[in-house]
Amino acid sequence: MLKSSLMTTQTKYQMVIGLEVHAQLKTETKLFCSCSTKFGAKPNQNTCPICMGYPGVLPVLNKKVVEFATKAGLALNCKIDPNCKFDRKQYFYPDLPKGYQISQFDKPICSNGKLKIFDKDIGIVRIHIEEDAGKLVHNSDNSADRLHGSDYSLVDLNRAGTPLIEIVSAPDIRSGEEAVAYVKELRKILMALDVCDGNMQEGSLRCDINISLNKAGEEYGTRAEIKNVNSFRSITRAIEYEFKRQSQLLDSGEKIVQETRLFEENSGKTFSMRSKEDSHDYRYFPEPDLVPLNIDLDFITKTKEELPELPSQKRLRYVAEFSISEEAATIISDDFALAALFEGTIILGADSVKVANWLTGSVSAYLNANETSINETKLTAENLNEMINLIQDGTISDNIAKTSIINTLLEKGGSTITIVEKEGLAQIADPAKIEAIITDIIKANPTQAEQFKQGNIKIKGFFVGQVMKITQGKAAPQLVNDCLDKLLS
Amino acid sequence: MSENITSKSAIELNRSFTSGELTAEEITKAFLERATKLNKDLNAFISLCPELALQKAKLLDQRLARGDDPKNLGKLAGVPIGVKDLINMIGTETTAGSNILKGHKSVYNATIVNKVINAGAIPLGKLNLDEFAMGSSNETSAFGPCKNPWDLSRVPGGSSGGSSAAVSAELVPLAFGTDTGGSIRQPAAYCGITGMKPTYGKVSRYGIIAFASSLDQAGPMTKDVKDNALLLEVMSGYDAKDSTSINTPAENYLDYIKDNFEKTGSLKGLKIGISDDLSADNLDHEMRSALDNTIKTYLNLGAEIVKVKLPHIKASLACYYIIAPAEASSNLSRYDGVRFGHRAETKDLESLYKESRTQFGKEVQRRIMLGTYVLSSGYYDAYYKKAQEVRRLIFNDFSTAFKECDVILSLTTPSTAFKFGAKSDPLEMYLSDVLTVPVNLAGLPSMSLNGGYDKEGMPIGMQLVGKALGEKVLYNTAYALEQSLIKELKKPNLTSFA
Repeated sequence: MLKSSLMTTQTKYQMVIGLEVHAQLKTETKLFCSCSTKFGAKPNQNTCPICMGYPGVLPVLNKKVVEFATKAGLALNCKIDPNCKFDRKQYFYPDLPKGYQISQFDKPICSNGKLKIFDKDIGIVRIHIEEDAGKLVHNSDNSADRLHGSDYSLVDLNRAGTPLIEIVSAPDIRSGEEAVAYVKELRKILMALDVCDGNMQEGSLRCDINISLNKAGEEYGTRAEIKNVNSFRSITRAIEYEFKRQSQLLDSGEKIVQETRLFEENSGKTFSMRSKEDSHDYRYFPEPDLVPLNIDLDFITKTKEELPELPSQKRLRYVAEFSISEEAATIISDDFALAALFEGTIILGADSVKVANWLTGSVSAYLNANETSINETKLTAENLNEMINLIQDGTISDNIAKTSIINTLLEKGGSTITIVEKEGLAQIADPAKIEAIITDIIKANPTQAEQFKQGNIKIKGFFVGQVMKITQGKAAPQLVNDCLDKLLS
Repeated sequence: MSENITSKSAIELNRSFTSGELTAEEITKAFLERATKLNKDLNAFISLCPELALQKAKLLDQRLARGDDPKNLGKLAGVPIGVKDLINMIGTETTAGSNILKGHKSVYNATIVNKVINAGAIPLGKLNLDEFAMGSSNETSAFGPCKNPWDLSRVPGGSSGGSSAAVSAELVPLAFGTDTGGSIRQPAAYCGITGMKPTYGKVSRYGIIAFASSLDQAGPMTKDVKDNALLLEVMSGYDAKDSTSINTPAENYLDYIKDNFEKTGSLKGLKIGISDDLSADNLDHEMRSALDNTIKTYLNLGAEIVKVKLPHIKASLACYYIIAPAEASSNLSRYDGVRFGHRAETKDLESLYKESRTQFGKEVQRRIMLGTYVLSSGYYDAYYKKAQEVRRLIFNDFSTAFKECDVILSLTTPSTAFKFGAKSDPLEMYLSDVLTVPVNLAGLPSMSLNGGYDKEGMPIGMQLVGKALGEKVLYNTAYALEQSLIKELKKPNLTSFA
């Protein structure tokens, strides 16, 4: 019932989506004081009078933040405003110590950029620097996890004052798929630039979704802003839910209310937080405790020249330079550590297609199964190259490498040849040995041998299996084939 | 005996200490004794810190006794200082004159506190002020108003009224004031002392509770010009903790005075600007003639008097009362009862905010509302943005005027100190700052010093305004006037209540 109504509305309405992504910058210290930004400290351990907003304190800008924001802006094709300034955004909340957030209002550091996904440009309206708020921990005996249902709330200001950039997209996104692809690409870029750790679970990358519906050719509809969407899955679910909610309202002739809604992960639903009428008047004005920035133009030029290769550029180069498939190039270039291993192994002389096959096959499977990253493993360009060489020269079989070597290299590292010697995994490539084994098998299985001779080629697999069983997979596959043909014909 | 100590200037006290004539402990005890005795009537100090003071004094005495070079003990070694209670100092409560911060203990030192302590000064206590420095009479202090030592029925001025009264009554030789629209100069004028508001950015604001960030500036309040110059030399200088602080080389103002007026005895070559625009309506005859006498004195000293125009100055008060409350409304948001200061016992968040913040006094609440209004969506352009444009015009007025002169002379205030309760209308109160406010809007240095008395014996302040970073010229000009008037200068008669 629900599904069919979704089917009809899907053709009736198009969704218009704009995203605001908050990325925490990977600086050692906070935006305006020298407190650590490290995640996981004891509550209020990483605080000082400045980030707690004590009477009389003043902010001093962390220059690293300007550098990181400039990098992000340039990588996203933005214009950098060397004379941008900071403003105060004012509202009361217990996690906001000063009663205002230092942010950028009418002169953000970056503007007018774009990001390509699925061969489509998504506009970046602006990127601005701002400080994060703290965290409230609500405590209650009646288990309501909300401020007003709690008996009391605790304030943890460790996160207060950590540097963020807010990246605001144009309303160019038209589907949940595009939204996810956009955030994924953005995350990859920020990680490749080494300005954000991309950890969505710890809140290093958070997303607000603006979504409205309209009929093709008509003006944009009234939008709702969905807050607190903190995983790719949540982005998809929140958009799906919101599309359904808004299209049902429109179908029944009702109006969409401009409001801020909260996505709740457990139910997958969005709930109204506040309407436009209740929205804050932030009373922005220029921050008088800071002077306008004066970013050196040479610094901007130099930063642009020194930008690392971005994942999308890497992907194109891998296809062209290393003749690997687009699919493999995407998997490898998405993960800059995997990409580094890929190129490192090729430099040592390994065949690029073979390296790509290993990395996208067994290695990726291992990483996924163990939910780990390549940097956490012991696999290096040296031992991967050695393993591939040993397959190439026939010392080990491909099969043995897959079943008995690669996981050891990932878990313990070390040299393939040592493993081969220690475990006796060298390939049996002596025709006499193989023939002797096959002769024994034929003797033990006369019926199957007869079938093969009469033309049942399928039965050959049985014999190969028997050889591999006896040799524990060490027999050279081509040799087994050749010997079988010779002895059974 | 102890009056022989407390009547000394800071420079004399430092000399007495380093020469061994007086110990720092003797000096400190003499001032503590006088402050304790006279504060009952004056209410200049909100709190005294005798333990801290005596500990610092004894340490200095020990260092001198074990043979440390007196020069290494600092330029203010052995000299007590009073700290306006808006300035953070570890070991004291910093209340800003407000119930909302009653009992709030400082957790760090303001940069200027560190600077004077490193120079050997002995902090004596925290001085009374209008709540959050918002007021011109000390009547808005939550700790009761400080009184004028020249006449206890009159206000000492504000907001640094505790500082001016304490220095005038010799409870301390030196005091910190802060000046957002005249809060150093107006009380200095009302109490007959010397006060300097330095160029914006000359003195670090770190650790000083903010009223209006783009206007606030701390400065020295002292009995005479040389003490003032010495304290500014110590308290000023670049501070990486204050992004608006100016990085300029340190200046020795006393050497400058020595090389100029003290050497020549003349102000020949100095052009002093006077302006009908920097004046008040319906000026009292006595005020007018005090200014005329000062002009005559300067002419006798060889200075040239030139008339300058400051056409946009008449908009200063209106401009100030948009910008200052706007910034204040924001700066005072942090007093919400969550982390420090007064917290109302309530059941939910909204009433926690509302009830905690009712601890602000009427004048502070008025300015928060004013500031919130002018920054509201739809009003920002008409008020705040416009005021910033006017501010630029006022700055330009001064720049143009300073092409024709080196300093500008005016009265500091339109009248002498008024009686408590005399200005119940806030607008009338605001008008007492009409001559000082323009200088803060332009960010320029300016000082007030005594230039005579009215027929009731109340001091009349003269204001000198300088070019940006022109403090040394101001000090030389002020010193010349002070020396010319030295025989006429009086001290308040405290025998009636002491």
